[in-house]
Amino acid sequence: MFLQVILTGALIGSVYSLVAVGLTLVWGLMDIINFAHGDMMMISMYTVFWLYTLLKFDPFVSLPISAGITALLGVLIYKFVIKRVVNAPGLMALLATFGLSLFIRNFAQFLWSPNYRFVGESILSGKRIFLADLIIGLPQLAAALGSIVMTFLIALFIKKTKTGKAIQATAQGRDIAELMGVNTEKIYAITFALSGICVGVAGTLLSGIFPVYPEAGAMYGLLAFVIVALGGFGNIWGAFYAGILIGLTEALGGFYLGTQFKYALAFLIYLLVLQFRPKGLFGW
Amino acid sequence: MLRVDRLTVGYDSVPVIFDVSFSIQEGELVSIVGSNGAGKSTILRTISGLLKPFSGTIEFMGHRIDKLPAHQIVKLGIAHVPEGRHVLGKMSVKDNLLMGAYTINDKIEIQRLLDEMYELFPRLKERENQKAETMSGGEQQMLAIARALMSKPKLLLVDEMSLGLMPLMVDKVLEVLKEVNKKKGLTILMVEQKVQEALEIADRGYILQTGKIVAHGTGRELLESDLVKKAYLGM
Ligand SMILES: Nc1ncnc2c1ncn2[C@@H]1O[C@H](COP(=O)(O)OP(=O)(O)O)[C@@H](O)[C@H]1O
Ligand SMILES: [Mg+2]
Repeated sequence: MFLQVILTGALIGSVYSLVAVGLTLVWGLMDIINFAHGDMMMISMYTVFWLYTLLKFDPFVSLPISAGITALLGVLIYKFVIKRVVNAPGLMALLATFGLSLFIRNFAQFLWSPNYRFVGESILSGKRIFLADLIIGLPQLAAALGSIVMTFLIALFIKKTKTGKAIQATAQGRDIAELMGVNTEKIYAITFALSGICVGVAGTLLSGIFPVYPEAGAMYGLLAFVIVALGGFGNIWGAFYAGILIGLTEALGGFYLGTQFKYALAFLIYLLVLQFRPKGLFGW
Repeated sequence: MLRVDRLTVGYDSVPVIFDVSFSIQEGELVSIVGSNGAGKSTILRTISGLLKPFSGTIEFMGHRIDKLPAHQIVKLGIAHVPEGRHVLGKMSVKDNLLMGAYTINDKIEIQRLLDEMYELFPRLKERENQKAETMSGGEQQMLAIARALMSKPKLLLVDEMSLGLMPLMVDKVLEVLKEVNKKKGLTILMVEQKVQEALEIADRGYILQTGKIVAHGTGRELLESDLVKKAYLGM
């Protein structure tokens, strides 16, 4: 049973990681915490839901569409909200993204009502594999593997490509990057698109497992913030490991203490770690 | 090649450079010297587009550049080695150099430039895969200059390259600058607090005091002027 709990935690933790990677990218580059991050994920879940309901698209077919929509949403958020506050004092950006988050949630509620909705079927739903004593749901497995692959691709993109290196350079100093010919506004927009792709993919992978409703992204946004802090702000692999850690904590806490405690334990770990390592477990 | 005309610029609408004019011909090595806080860095930041003039114009090879964003000015052929070097500390030496060639798309050309830099600074070749932040101050200064040269500039702006370097290292860097100026014909504008060294290697110089140019002439003329002797050389 213990192994089953660990497995469940690690699987969901990988998805948390991907959401957190999207958040940490933006933080690492611009020192901005995007409070609307989880709500972008909710938009991707609704995208999958409507494509399924209206057009009978399988969630896996919808993946590029929903990721594309959240990427675009990321760019729009940058252009119309972040760009105006990026040079303003820190609290401005915070308030702006907080306001944006409320706006997106209320807008979703207005358009689609607060009701829980479910994506009924995907090619994987209900399927599972048995491994010795362990039961692994295929949707969960796909969500975890998809998230890990995506995290890996994002890390590779940042490390190896010319645009990725320009993102690193911009993170180390906007003026310096400009002096090398980098259009840093474009880099900001691209990073918001990448961040959107992360939540778009995560939201799609989760839509087959969890209900879709306007507040669906809220807890993920909050957990992502905790994970980013634990992993060291701006640190992609730090966010990855911290995400798994939070997934495990949640599963173990839920199983041994009761489901009402599962998030409490995650936040408790966060508070404890920050007492001793203010820059996170993997911060320098 | 570069003409700065009646430039006034500063921070948060408080000017620190007042009505400054000067010009640079192709192939020259020009020094602007002045003490800390005189406004040297501010002038370079305005030329490279990081600051926008309050008034006045900047012309480069016949084009007005004073309203262009910095990343476009690099493309026109101005490279700026900022004060404090600012290498990309977390990135490798090689990646720093490649970032210098960000505006160049031709892979073969980039490789040629890389080889050229390694020839000019053999030390960088040895440290190619090392993180830039692990190098000494002098090596970082070399890297910052090499990175700027990777963009194939027509005009190189160098801000206070002597800052925090041992005298021996200062001489070395100056030598490199002289070499790229004389052998490759690269036009250089450098700003310095080290008045003697900067005027010695310069074709021409300008003296900047609290945001105003108070004297100009050839390097030699300035070194022998009473103003420089009294105010900067302590004679
Ligand atoms: N970012 C800034 N914000 C406000 N004032 C500045 C800034 N940078 C420089 N200054 C002021 O502008 C003046 C000129 O500075 P600077 O150009 O750095 O001089 P220098 O390079 O000759 O030492 C100084 O009085 C300095 O205090
Ligand atoms: Mg200076």
